[in-house]
Amino acid sequence: MLHIYCPHCGEYREEEEFHAAGQAHLARPLDPEACSDKEWGEFLFFRKNPRGLHHELWVHSAGCRKFFNVTRDTQTYEIKEVYKIGEKPSVVAE
Amino acid sequence: MSDLNVMTPEEVAATKAAVMNQLPGAEIQGQSPLHHAELEVLAQKGPKQGGVHLKELKLLGHLMLRMNPENADQLAAVERVLGVGLPLQPLTSVENGNYSIRWMSPDEWLIIVPGAETFDIESKFRDEMGGHYSLVNSSGGSTVLKVSGDNVVEMLKKSVPVDLHDSEFPVGKVVSTVFAKSGAVVRRTGEKEFELVIRRSFADYIWLWIQDASREFGLVVEA
Repeated sequence: MLHIYCPHCGEYREEEEFHAAGQAHLARPLDPEACSDKEWGEFLFFRKNPRGLHHELWVHSAGCRKFFNVTRDTQTYEIKEVYKIGEKPSVVAE
Repeated sequence: MSDLNVMTPEEVAATKAAVMNQLPGAEIQGQSPLHHAELEVLAQKGPKQGGVHLKELKLLGHLMLRMNPENADQLAAVERVLGVGLPLQPLTSVENGNYSIRWMSPDEWLIIVPGAETFDIESKFRDEMGGHYSLVNSSGGSTVLKVSGDNVVEMLKKSVPVDLHDSEFPVGKVVSTVFAKSGAVVRRTGEKEFELVIRRSFADYIWLWIQDASREFGLVVEA
């Protein structure tokens, strides 16, 4: 069970209250019409699956229902950092 | 945000037209989500001593307010309507007589008022508040349960995954969390007294759950 800090509520809560919403920092192509099928398909379906640091989007679904980003080590499950949407992570993979 | 807060008179009129009194006339009896449980009967027949006391605070007005907490004009308008300012700190609540405001998220508050005053307060909001905000009357969608007693914390420990110790959960704190797989907004109103705002559709389930969780302490139903 993960103990996750919600940056909006300002305290740690049980994983039960949260939902993982996939990979963070996915930028939607500004002009989808101009994308090739490959570019659009990669935006829609292709996700990173790293062993190690991963930036993820989480939502505090049973609490404040706000989205935020989590940097997590997929190998140890350790949460390195929690930051709000729009902020830059300070812990990044080398 | 500033351009959103400038509205033409027609737009202002449109926001007011959307408000209607949701309370039916006296010829229709209002029924709370736990009407079928006949808590009044249980309160008379049931035990008078026990570790957990339960009371449904029924048919209250629930108003969900969403706005930008940095908008000073709107904050002042809320204070004019309710006589008390919004709790801007996370997980806090304020109270003014029969009115209570719970912090739900950084831009969302739950205002609970006596049922009969709901429409007046909603109308006052439409008169006092300007600009971009949302106020929704969700009274029919939820109900409030007051649980209290010597063993109320033990009962809640079985139901919610948050720390209920006095140092972590002082009087006045509000937490939206999972309550026995359903959801609830838990607010501490006294050392041994909590209020749960629960969904109408889960009211029966939570009523059954509370009976089960309180069995070892003894449940006293109040009406």
